[in-house]
Amino acid sequence: MTAPLLQTVGLTAFYGDFQALFGVDLTLNAGETIAVIGANSAGKTTLMRALTGLLPHDPGTIRFKGAPLGALGAAAVLARGIAMVPEGRKLFPSLSVEENLLIGADTRTGAGYWNLETIYALLPVLKERRLAPATALSGGQQQMVAIGRALMSNPEVLLCDEISLGLAPVVIRDIYAAIPKIKESGASLIVVEQDVGQAMKVSDRVYCMAEGRITLEGRPADLSREAIHDAYFGVSA
Amino acid sequence: MIWVDTIVQGILLGSLYALFAAGLSLVFGVMRLVNLAHGDLIVLAAYLILVIASLLGMGPFVATLAAVPAMFVIGWLLQTHVLNRMLGEDILPPLLVTFGLSVVIQNALLVGFSANSQKLTAGAIESASLPLGPVTVGVMPLLTLVAAVAVIFLLNQLFYRTALGRAFRATSDDAVTAGLMGIRPQRVFAMATGLAMVVVTVAALFLGTRASFDPAIGPARLLYAFEAVIIGGLGSLWGTLAGGIVIGIAQTFGAAINPEWQILAGHVAFVAVLLLRPRGLFPRAVD
Repeated sequence: MTAPLLQTVGLTAFYGDFQALFGVDLTLNAGETIAVIGANSAGKTTLMRALTGLLPHDPGTIRFKGAPLGALGAAAVLARGIAMVPEGRKLFPSLSVEENLLIGADTRTGAGYWNLETIYALLPVLKERRLAPATALSGGQQQMVAIGRALMSNPEVLLCDEISLGLAPVVIRDIYAAIPKIKESGASLIVVEQDVGQAMKVSDRVYCMAEGRITLEGRPADLSREAIHDAYFGVSA
Repeated sequence: MIWVDTIVQGILLGSLYALFAAGLSLVFGVMRLVNLAHGDLIVLAAYLILVIASLLGMGPFVATLAAVPAMFVIGWLLQTHVLNRMLGEDILPPLLVTFGLSVVIQNALLVGFSANSQKLTAGAIESASLPLGPVTVGVMPLLTLVAAVAVIFLLNQLFYRTALGRAFRATSDDAVTAGLMGIRPQRVFAMATGLAMVVVTVAALFLGTRASFDPAIGPARLLYAFEAVIIGGLGSLWGTLAGGIVIGIAQTFGAAINPEWQILAGHVAFVAVLLLRPRGLFPRAVD
């Protein structure tokens, strides 16, 4: 049996003395899109930070293709093929739209599907604004730049942290319209969302988090509204 | 006509200050670090050129070519093993460490070379001059201006036309997110300081060929450099050139009125610019 593409086994994480994750078990198989839902402070972003090497964790609790990721930093994790669209987009204000995209590929060693041409084909509005400062764009366009920037490294795993946050529904729809094409390119996705409906639509499996723990896991079709409600708000059965 | 000459001489003098300041501006622009040992590193580079020129019997221009890689390595090691450990939310540790480094360099040079003044001898070119319309300019000061413009131009090309420049700007904006792009901020900082030391070496060549130097003159060079960076606008390279020229022109005008006012006039110009434009003449849009 092939090992999962990305897996956490009893993952714990701390901010100083404060424990933010309590034994999180999560599995992403190749080709899958999973969603991680949960309220504010549920530990979703902490999980993303641990997965990308931004937050120290016990070596051995995160496995990529069956091998422990160890205590790699963010740059080394990206080199393995795990890229993130960070919460709040975090574009570089000193760089133009195109430079923000290019910097995603600057440390890439191999070739892949994603390059400026394919990104512009996926998100045409970025080509029109390519010379503008990235932060001069609308919120939705900035989110597109953040997604394009992460894709430019041709990741095997793309982590999307709250990509709908603060955006109008019509804009969210446009952004999520890009997900199938990203999956076609061969990337597997972990989508962190507060918007449960959106998460259920795009994912093959859903994990719900509350207070740093996984409280529910399953296929969207198998999960009842009540079970999601209870898991989302950390209500014990 | 004397005022035209004063302005031209001020521009030429200011270009030397811009060279002093370019490395400081580069380091500040990338990592928000004010290197208080910057002036002493210029003096250190001048002594390095002097030693290479004396030992190998070559002129200061060729010796500078040999000193450049050595100074790059010194900068890279300094950043990697000392300054990177100090960078963080608190701005005090790097200030204290670079202040300490300044004292160490001055005293080491004092032990090694004594307090006697030294000079880099470049031969006939030192006293050569060219008539340029109504004024006559020295060849060395003219070369200083050419070097300052070339250094600033090349640094700008590096910043805005290369992947390394993108990494510099991105790391300056947000080092954590730059890490997510595969950039190792500490390596970027080491590269920036290495490059700053290359610029420092060019500045040292013109410092040493235009005037005498001794181990104690570093802090005053730092002051001119710092003023040029502030006048130009923090992190703006062309602004740094303009800042150096503002100080240079102010000094030559001050000296034209009364020789004792030369240095004071430069500082007065600095204060005046701060009062009128607290963020400098060409502040970065993003700060």
